Amino acid sequence: MVKELSEQKAGRYGKFGGQFVPETLMTALNELETAYDEATKDPSFHEELQYYLKDYVGRENPLYYAERLTKKIGGAKIYLKREDLNHTGAHKINNALGQALLALRMGKKKIVAETGAGQHGVATATVCALFDLECVIFMGKEDVRRQALNVFRMELLGATVVSVDQGGGTLKDAVNEALRYWVTNVEDTHYILGSALGPHPFPRIVRDFQRVIGDETRKQILEKEGRLPNAIVACVGGGSNAIGMFHPFVNDESVKLYGVEAAGSGIQTGLHAAAFAELKEGVLHGAYMYLLQDDNGFIQEAHSISAGLDYPGVGPEHCYLHDIGRVKYSSVTDDEALEGLKLLSRTEGIIPALESAHAIYRAAEIAKEMKPDEILVICLSGRGDKDVETVRAAMGAENHDN
Amino acid sequence: MLKQFEQQWGQKIMTTKPLQVAIEKKIKAGQKAFIPYIMAGDGGLKAIRKQILFLQNEGVTAIELGIPFTDPVADGPVIQEAGSRALKEGANLKVILNEMAQFKEDIQVPLIIMSYLNPILAYGIEKFVAKCEEVGIAGLIIPDLPVEESEMIRSKLITSPVALVQLVSLTSPQNRIEKIAKAAEGFIYAVTVNGITGVRNEFGKSLDEHLHNLKEISNIPVLAGFGISTPEQVEKIGAMADGVIVGSAIVKAFHEGNESAIKALLPKVVVND
Ligand SMILES: Cc1ncc(COP(=O)(O)O)c(C=O)c1O
Repeated sequence: MVKELSEQKAGRYGKFGGQFVPETLMTALNELETAYDEATKDPSFHEELQYYLKDYVGRENPLYYAERLTKKIGGAKIYLKREDLNHTGAHKINNALGQALLALRMGKKKIVAETGAGQHGVATATVCALFDLECVIFMGKEDVRRQALNVFRMELLGATVVSVDQGGGTLKDAVNEALRYWVTNVEDTHYILGSALGPHPFPRIVRDFQRVIGDETRKQILEKEGRLPNAIVACVGGGSNAIGMFHPFVNDESVKLYGVEAAGSGIQTGLHAAAFAELKEGVLHGAYMYLLQDDNGFIQEAHSISAGLDYPGVGPEHCYLHDIGRVKYSSVTDDEALEGLKLLSRTEGIIPALESAHAIYRAAEIAKEMKPDEILVICLSGRGDKDVETVRAAMGAENHDN
Repeated sequence: MLKQFEQQWGQKIMTTKPLQVAIEKKIKAGQKAFIPYIMAGDGGLKAIRKQILFLQNEGVTAIELGIPFTDPVADGPVIQEAGSRALKEGANLKVILNEMAQFKEDIQVPLIIMSYLNPILAYGIEKFVAKCEEVGIAGLIIPDLPVEESEMIRSKLITSPVALVQLVSLTSPQNRIEKIAKAAEGFIYAVTVNGITGVRNEFGKSLDEHLHNLKEISNIPVLAGFGISTPEQVEKIGAMADGVIVGSAIVKAFHEGNESAIKALLPKVVVND
């Protein structure tokens, strides 16, 4: 029932979504929608996507029973969906691959993308190398600084990385520049948007390419446990790993869904990235959504230790799922995320991405309140290699005390 | 049909808005329309009055008043930087409109507000339209509001003298152009390049054809804008349309205090007006 409601009108999730873009992009969006609709009806497109997902990305990836974490928490049985084991280290490749194949179908040989953590940039640069597409990546200068290793990875892969000085130099500013570039080069360039954001049809396309996370999880948990999980937890930046994980479960009312945003230094400090904590509606980057903004409608900078959650808005489908009460959204601070990162590293020998660490922290709290015969799944959206420097700096003083 | 609507709304429906009338007056006199763009608040809030009166005195057809925004995706570096300066001066939709209310008696030239959608949403659409009418704003340009999404504003302007100006781009296919032309009020803003506002050296060869086609379809004036920055371009592109809109070059000249550069941009016919 919920599913039918989910996209009542093309590109609309309740009152959220839409296509708030300059006229120059409308034709490109309409073309993209048509190309995507045709692709979804073409079995050869699915075959090709499946081939690369399996042999190149390494899917399906495991649904891993985290036994030591489960024992340590002492509540629900905890499973990890291992998106961190994908080629390039995060869920972002699922979408980048799908959209690159779409670009090829549309005859576009140039790709532009934005990146925050650098994971989407790396995934995009990777598929561009694979399919011989020209690749330009926009990245905020603050993110270039804190994700230096990923910048180098993108360049190794042959991409041009452009540092964006405007604004706070984070993800939102990178999207602005990517959009400007796209407007200027729209005739031969496809924009691979990295999250379930932006103008229609992007939120739908990104969700569809990410739903492989939830589809596999569903199949795997049925194989292992013979039943659906009681709860699923995922971190939410723009919302692509979460919507991909949640989507196949939205109609299963017994499965509780939890989205976790970044509370940065704490909601009360104002330095955070939790759009659901303030519930202010507005338009940015082509979509009507919940958005951090002031009384003048000026967009506020998001703050988070994790570059991938550092975005002031949240994808339109999440806004809708929030309003109908299907998904519970909350937020986790920088310090708590670091706790989550240490917890998983030491109990399971898995260093998670800082983004995913937000989900881990909240999931541990939720699991603790659940019964041992209940099941909780965490979407482990990426691995932490890229964050080791940031974590070391953040842990600074306490480095040697344990 | 019109009568019916008018009874229903109890007010007069505005089919031909004053902005269109003002531009057509120019065209009928055998001249080209010239609309400069300024960034409201660049140089301080008090500069708004000074810049408007200067341009009015130079005989421009109308003035486009840019509202600064944190995320101006349709703008190039010159206007982005002007916007950042205006933000630092404390400019926002509310204080700009209040400032303008102070000197509305001095303004005869039609004013067009160009704002991204979010500041308008934050202001409140109905409150915003009422304030525009109070201040005497003639038109609105909202670059991130394509015709498909425009109902939220359009429906509030049916009985208002304020015109919602639509943009047409080089990438718009024929059926879209027709759809936009039907909805357009005041004039059609023909975007002359694929891209953002700013300074351009070259324009595509297809521009001539594109503008010609637009003029065929539209029964309101067609003005060309984006990237027009030299007197030669004003003349050349002006010849293909009913007039031009010049943004970055004006913003830059005001910022540099170079008023003679602005005078040089004005088509000669305007000065003779
Ligand atoms: C590992 C990882 N997880 C999560 C995110 C957040 O994005 P989204 O909410 O679209 O999944 C990112 C973004 O860069 C990421 O790299």
